[in-house]
Amino acid sequence: MKMLVLVKQVPDTATQVKIGSDGRAIDQTGITWIISPYDEFALEEALRIREKRGQGGVVAVTLGPERAREALRSCLAMGADRAIHVHDPVFERADTLVAARALAAVIRLEAPQLVLTGRQAIDDDMGATGAQVAEVLGWPCVSWIMEESVADDASRIRVGRQVEGGLEIFDVPLPCVVTAQKGMNEPRYPTLKGIMSAKKKEVRELAAADLPDLAAVTPRLEVVSLVALPPRPPGRILTGDPKDMARELVRALREDIKAI
Amino acid sequence: MAGAFWCVVEDDRQGHPKKVTAEVLGEAGRWAGELGAAVEAVWLTDRAVPDGLEQLAAWGATRIWLWEDAALAPYRGEVWAPAIAELAGREVPAAIWGAVTSRQRELMARVAARLGAGLAADCVAFERADGALVATRPVYAGKLLSRVRWASGPAVATLRPNVFRPAEPVAGRPPAVERLALGAAAATMQFVERREEAQTGLPELTEAEIVVSGGRGLKGPENFAILEEMAGVIGAAVGASRAAVDAGWKPHRFQIGQTGRTISPKLYIGCGISGAIQHLAGMRTSKVICAVNKDPEAPIFKIADFGLVGDLFEVVPLLTEEFRKLKQQ
Repeated sequence: MKMLVLVKQVPDTATQVKIGSDGRAIDQTGITWIISPYDEFALEEALRIREKRGQGGVVAVTLGPERAREALRSCLAMGADRAIHVHDPVFERADTLVAARALAAVIRLEAPQLVLTGRQAIDDDMGATGAQVAEVLGWPCVSWIMEESVADDASRIRVGRQVEGGLEIFDVPLPCVVTAQKGMNEPRYPTLKGIMSAKKKEVRELAAADLPDLAAVTPRLEVVSLVALPPRPPGRILTGDPKDMARELVRALREDIKAI
Repeated sequence: MAGAFWCVVEDDRQGHPKKVTAEVLGEAGRWAGELGAAVEAVWLTDRAVPDGLEQLAAWGATRIWLWEDAALAPYRGEVWAPAIAELAGREVPAAIWGAVTSRQRELMARVAARLGAGLAADCVAFERADGALVATRPVYAGKLLSRVRWASGPAVATLRPNVFRPAEPVAGRPPAVERLALGAAAATMQFVERREEAQTGLPELTEAEIVVSGGRGLKGPENFAILEEMAGVIGAAVGASRAAVDAGWKPHRFQIGQTGRTISPKLYIGCGISGAIQHLAGMRTSKVICAVNKDPEAPIFKIADFGLVGDLFEVVPLLTEEFRKLKQQ
């Protein structure tokens, strides 16, 4: 069973982000880059499916600039069999749909039975890739999955998706797209052997011209500007006797700001 | 007249629209008023009761596009998206808006892809700049805001719950309902079952107006009981920091933060939470932020409106007592 995992390289949560000189993107100097955590859950799940079935292939795919190759190396070190890097200046200002069309074109080339990705990337937090790739391909998509099991004959997958107040279980014919929610697994760390063997694994570079049937690449959504958060007004710090603090907080919430 | 502003209804699965739909209709109403456009509701459900339809009209929907069909429950993107997209192709709305809920996040992404339209997810504000509608949305763990605009219509967006002012209901508006039949798009996904979460008796985290949240300072899972007691008194939902979830004290669905739920309640009370960036990403748009922490240097105090420096095991029960007195008045 062939699986394709879509990953995105994003700034580490703890890293400082500053607005770049064009005012529309962040300044990339000094940033620590990681694989978006939800995409790691997706990759881990694909590796587990492969291990459980004792066969199958896992292909890690990313769309991004030169630096994104590093994220693919990490995927290979975790255990992906090979990787594909979609890299073209035409995608620099891609919106979610342009990215989804490019990734869908890779999926058509590779013809996997299952596509996994994270529920959202933690840089722009759009959370659209899985659903839009599925829509472009005309495949079913199940978002925010917490559990899965693939049928022995690889004809379908049973998944549990998280919804408000519970979990909904579906049987979905393959091929399909699923997006991983936190809590479905604990991603492994690459072993030294994994890191060494990753160096020998294939990373295929694809440009826009290599992608068949790539529909329009003009973004329909554009960033006008990035802006800093408006500062919150300074707060009140209460110290001293716990009883006085509790009384004063409840009084202020009630009388001063009517929050309760 | 400009194309209409469509609001996709989020319902309680019993035939009534949820409060978050009033927020989407409220914000759409403000823009539609300015642009001379109509506000319309788009409702796909297995059950719409007359009360629910009247509620939508009261919230300002001048027309309700209604698909009522057993095949629509539970939500499946492959069935819902073609229905909305086909109608949008015919009616050419200016905007299609929904709420940030688990299903609408996916649905709106699919609808945008099907229409070849731009999608702005998790919006927290709208403005008009140079004649165009511009949406503001938090990015990079909420450390920056991104202002985005659409190159062409429809403007597909999801709105963060509890951020926008809900529509004021106006009674006595008869609902104008357009009933629609579901097209041929058959579901390939088969619904098996729904497993309900254990009922806490407390509100749902993302919808709650008040959230009480606990972190590592609670020292163990059993101590969430003191937060739950306070939450019960003030009708709050209970959440947890990543540290508490990763320690196994609470299931992941309780996690507030970058890899958890994003909340925007009227009142947030964090107890024993230091305020790591990852946590702030999930709650910094809360209106009033209170923090209880014994470390006066805890980063959460930097964004808190009220910071109580003290031992939560002493302070929280006292707060509960004060809240109880207030509620008994």
